[in-house]
Amino acid sequence: MMPLLTTKNLARNFGGLRAVDGVDFQLMPGEIRAVIGPNGAGKTTFVSLISGRIQPSSGMIVFDGTDITSRPAYLRVRQGIAYTFQITSVFANLSAYDNVALPVQRTLTDGRSKGAVRTGVMAALERTGLADRAHMPAGQLSYGHQRLLEVAMGLALKPRLLILDEPTQGLADSEIDNFIELVREIAKSATVLLIEHNMPVVMQLADRITVFNAGRILAEGTPEQIRANTQVQEAYLGTAP
Amino acid sequence: MSEASPAKAYALHLGVIALLFALSFVLPEYHHGLLARIMVLAVFAMGYNMLFGYVGLLSLGHAMFFAAGLYGAGFAVIHLGWNVPLAFLAGIACGALLALVIGLLALRTTGVAFMIVTMMFAQVFYLVILYFAAWTGGDQGLVVPQPARVLNLGATSLDLTNPTVRYMSALALFSIVLLITLAVVRSRYGRVLVAVRENEERTKMLGYDTFSNKLIAVVVSGTICAASGAAYALLFGYVGSSLASVQYSILPLLWVLLGGAATTLGALIGTVFMYYVIDIASGYTSAYLLIVGIALILLVLFFPKGILGTIRQRWLGWLP
Ligand SMILES: Nc1ncnc2c1ncn2[C@@H]1O[C@H](COP(=O)(O)OP(=O)(O)O)[C@@H](O)[C@H]1O
Ligand SMILES: [Mg+2]
Repeated sequence: MMPLLTTKNLARNFGGLRAVDGVDFQLMPGEIRAVIGPNGAGKTTFVSLISGRIQPSSGMIVFDGTDITSRPAYLRVRQGIAYTFQITSVFANLSAYDNVALPVQRTLTDGRSKGAVRTGVMAALERTGLADRAHMPAGQLSYGHQRLLEVAMGLALKPRLLILDEPTQGLADSEIDNFIELVREIAKSATVLLIEHNMPVVMQLADRITVFNAGRILAEGTPEQIRANTQVQEAYLGTAP
Repeated sequence: MSEASPAKAYALHLGVIALLFALSFVLPEYHHGLLARIMVLAVFAMGYNMLFGYVGLLSLGHAMFFAAGLYGAGFAVIHLGWNVPLAFLAGIACGALLALVIGLLALRTTGVAFMIVTMMFAQVFYLVILYFAAWTGGDQGLVVPQPARVLNLGATSLDLTNPTVRYMSALALFSIVLLITLAVVRSRYGRVLVAVRENEERTKMLGYDTFSNKLIAVVVSGTICAASGAAYALLFGYVGSSLASVQYSILPLLWVLLGGAATTLGALIGTVFMYYVIDIASGYTSAYLLIVGIALILLVLFFPKGILGTIRQRWLGWLP
């Protein structure tokens, strides 16, 4: 099977800092991939390169067989790469409804979905449990609900690859259970790339795990392999025997 | 913006148009003439609001779009002998073309740089008008001769210098632009414009080419301002460089701020308010600009979002 996403020797410097340092990465269609690693490891920078939010210093990104390295972010979105922000970045002054209407009407314009804007919006809000808050200004939602609104906006883009950057940050335990269910359901129709600190969430969801450290991939494997990897334990889990 | 109350919004706007229509029959001559002028300038303000209010791009050079319509229509009549409808279209076309070129250049910048760049382009436009005094009349300007300001419609002809015809023409233009504005801001495109204003980076990450969207907004805004300028030339018969000066770039900003940025009716309210404050104040004292200044300060203090913006925030959330 052909990978959905491949990066080759991908790198990004900030001044002298090599935030992402020559990463070769492959993602198969349909999988849920977790990316873990300590703070500052370069996870957000890595997925920002994939989404086109920032430009690489060198290397190549191939999505669905085409080189997208120099393609602007908005075209990558239309191709099916959706990015949800680590730092909540909903439109605070617009209603939850309008926040989701923006991605819905985009997919309608692109011909990637059909029907009325309202139907699409309410479907995405219902899946994230926000339907009864549709007309609240997004800025007045609780932090956890703003995180879910981010996910709803990502969903509404009808992505083939959904990138979630620490989506459970700030969610209550009860909300996390619902969230795990939601990701499982999303994964039926999309490939999911999930940056996550909450290890129970990672272990429950991920088919495979990629561990980042200092801008490089330290290890990659199934949850069991990663749990057993001593290098990973030293660098990240801090539980080396 | 939201899906709620489209009927209410359209009813309100049609009500305002009906009120302006009715006023034509009751207003004394002086106010009748003043309101006709205000309606034409409110179109200028609506064009400005499209870009400033909805997209959040503060231009300090919109006088050039108004003047492009003014001179475009004026030249067409005076130098080319075109009839009124063609001259009006010529003015609009000049504004649209200018806005396209200025948009392509100025949208490479944002924020303060955008303000400065638009102001500089407008200043160049102003100086070009003065330089080509042989055609433009320099700072004296040109008068559109009365016989040319007649709209021939088959057998009948409408004399645009007749106060009632002038008022109704101004109202017609105002109404069309008001309803277009309402339709645009309620449309999907209007939603994208507001998203660009609120957070352009985020909008890109939802698949929008924000540069193109902003460019279209500049062209729409410039075209509406040019329609105002073209109507001004044809209805009031004067084409002068003072109308292209920096003052006419700042005035629409003030009108919109007073009435309420990003409100469809704020442009009209702000323009009416400013004109009448000046009118009343100048009746009492020669230092009327002082009174205008004080009125502006009070408004900013008590109505920071403009008259209609504050009303929307406190009481009528459904106002478009
Ligand atoms: N825009 C930026 N400018 C400068 N340095 C940055 C920028 N973004 C990230 N960095 C740095 O790059 C490194 C990786 O950051 P990041 O990708 O956010 O890590 P993670 O998401 O794994 O916590 C950090 O040292 C961070 O300080
Ligand atoms: Mg991060």
